[in-house]
Amino acid sequence: MNPVNEHLYEMLKQVSGYIYPNEVEFHWSILIVVYPYLTGLVAGAFILASLVKVFKVKQLQPVYRLSMLTALSFMIIAPLPLQLHLGHFERSYEIFLTPNFTSAMAMFGFVYAWYLMVVILLEIWFTYRRDLIRWAETDKPVMKFIHRALALFSKDTSEEGERFDMKAVKFITIIGIPSAFMLHGYVGFIFGSIKANPWWSSVLIPIVFLFSAIVSGIALVMLLYMVVTPLRGEKIEIACVDKMASFLFIAVIIDFSLEMLDFIHRLYQSEESIKILSDLVMNRLFISLGIIQVLLGMIVPLVLILFIKLFRVDEELRKLFYFLAAILIQMGIFATRWNVVMGGQMFSKSFRGLTAYKLEIGGMEGLFMTLALLIAPFFILALLIKILPPWEQQSAQS
Amino acid sequence: MERRNFFKKGMTLLTQLGVLSTFAKKAKAETNGYDPSKHYYGMGIQVNKCIGCGKCMEACKEENGVPKEPFYFRTWVERYIIKKDAEVIVQSIDPRIDRIGNSVPENEMMRSFFVPKLCNHCDHPPCVQVCPVGATFKTDDGVILVDSDRCIGCRYCIQACPYGARYLNPVTSTADKCTFCYHRITKGMLPACVEVCPTQARIFGDIKSTASPLTRFKRMFKLHVLKPSLNTDPKVQYADLDGEVR
Repeated sequence: MNPVNEHLYEMLKQVSGYIYPNEVEFHWSILIVVYPYLTGLVAGAFILASLVKVFKVKQLQPVYRLSMLTALSFMIIAPLPLQLHLGHFERSYEIFLTPNFTSAMAMFGFVYAWYLMVVILLEIWFTYRRDLIRWAETDKPVMKFIHRALALFSKDTSEEGERFDMKAVKFITIIGIPSAFMLHGYVGFIFGSIKANPWWSSVLIPIVFLFSAIVSGIALVMLLYMVVTPLRGEKIEIACVDKMASFLFIAVIIDFSLEMLDFIHRLYQSEESIKILSDLVMNRLFISLGIIQVLLGMIVPLVLILFIKLFRVDEELRKLFYFLAAILIQMGIFATRWNVVMGGQMFSKSFRGLTAYKLEIGGMEGLFMTLALLIAPFFILALLIKILPPWEQQSAQS
Repeated sequence: MERRNFFKKGMTLLTQLGVLSTFAKKAKAETNGYDPSKHYYGMGIQVNKCIGCGKCMEACKEENGVPKEPFYFRTWVERYIIKKDAEVIVQSIDPRIDRIGNSVPENEMMRSFFVPKLCNHCDHPPCVQVCPVGATFKTDDGVILVDSDRCIGCRYCIQACPYGARYLNPVTSTADKCTFCYHRITKGMLPACVEVCPTQARIFGDIKSTASPLTRFKRMFKLHVLKPSLNTDPKVQYADLDGEVR
């Protein structure tokens, strides 16, 4: 027995029914679960920010900058799981140099570059430009240089300049909303366009991905706001959290409805693959899909938010319920990504058998690497908050 | 040297190099004596002739340096047992481990047969469509190949193949699959699996040729392909194929 493939002999024991021999190896690991999870958070956080600028939802102003920085932090890490998963990491630049235009995956580089460079970075720059110049005036030398450099050595603090910044931000946000839709809808398309795989092959997948992205992004910013604000010794603005919860509530309902529609549609059409997909759900995904994704990740948070909306609940309890709902939603969305990516590989394309995924602890695609990739954006966010404080504007206003 | 002269001479040199390289390519093609545009390959499989000896699998692994472990196959053979109560049992035979025994008592069996499987070299290949860098491609003679020097090992093609015909080669970390033994067929030889098949269950040939064994096979049998609803248009066609085979 070759020790390199020892785990595959172990996997053989997990197989039930018949799978093609080349299917014993699980090809897309947990890193490919992390990838759509992270990009979803980016798109969701950005869409939350755009509610402030485009739809003028004033209650969300306190989290506008935080949302943008969150989107940037997660965007920086988002392509890493893909890169680390490649058999030839060193050749990944080929996607840019010789892209195959019929491949959904080949477009990733371009969609990513567009979203990072044109949407997020530009919007953050225009949002912060005037503050950067102002901060540089009172900063200590190192920070002074950082802020000046980040402002691209711009010195214009005129009213006219500020008006231009505001216009630019609005314009970029308007472009940014379809871009955010494209970013995550596109990630869904990577899976949805695989006709060989009936678990993935659905026109609804990109839309389900999109709404689950909005859900996860709002929930993440809500969590961050509720954790960071007390740490700063500030008071949580409950109107802001209420508003986020309202949007969260609507997004979860749409997401839930879409997923139910997909489920009912499959069940009613009852195509060739229905038997193996039923086995998959009942025997391999029952906990991650039935319990974590649907019950804990959707129904319980909906009940919690609905409870707050229906009954007069005092502020502290509201915060607790919101916090709990947001955590459960994060868990649920991670399970959604897991169920899509792993579920699609746990059954054989012969439709005659199931296999299982065994998570490694160490190694390039193991548990520790996954945790590192999930935690890394928070460190980047902490650094960004240090350099570009998202609260400065509010304190100046107050 | 004047700037004008420098450019002039440079351009002349570049043109000469271009012409020379074209001649060199042409000369190389002529030495091989093989013109891919004059061929279009396919395979026929007569299910009733397969005895499940697994020689094709062994020959393929030897010929193409496929890792020996039972998780990497360019071709494999499935055994179907359809019981009287309509239950279908499928096994992948592995000639190195053991000859598979009858796991089902004979009086419970309705019918049993072997089905050789391999890359279908689809005319509309989903693997080629999804490869982000164009490392998987279709040759002029209709064979689907992987350029292992270009493949980035993203495994998207493995996910997109409806037939489970691809694997990630653990040695090269690139996608791998049946090539119809391209190194042999371009020299006029047969693929290794076809060469060793003791019952001639596999017939390889040129679809374009009017007198190839494959053309004769296509004339004699009613043919079927795997998963026709996916519109991949496989160039591996089966005679006597049971409806239970996927």
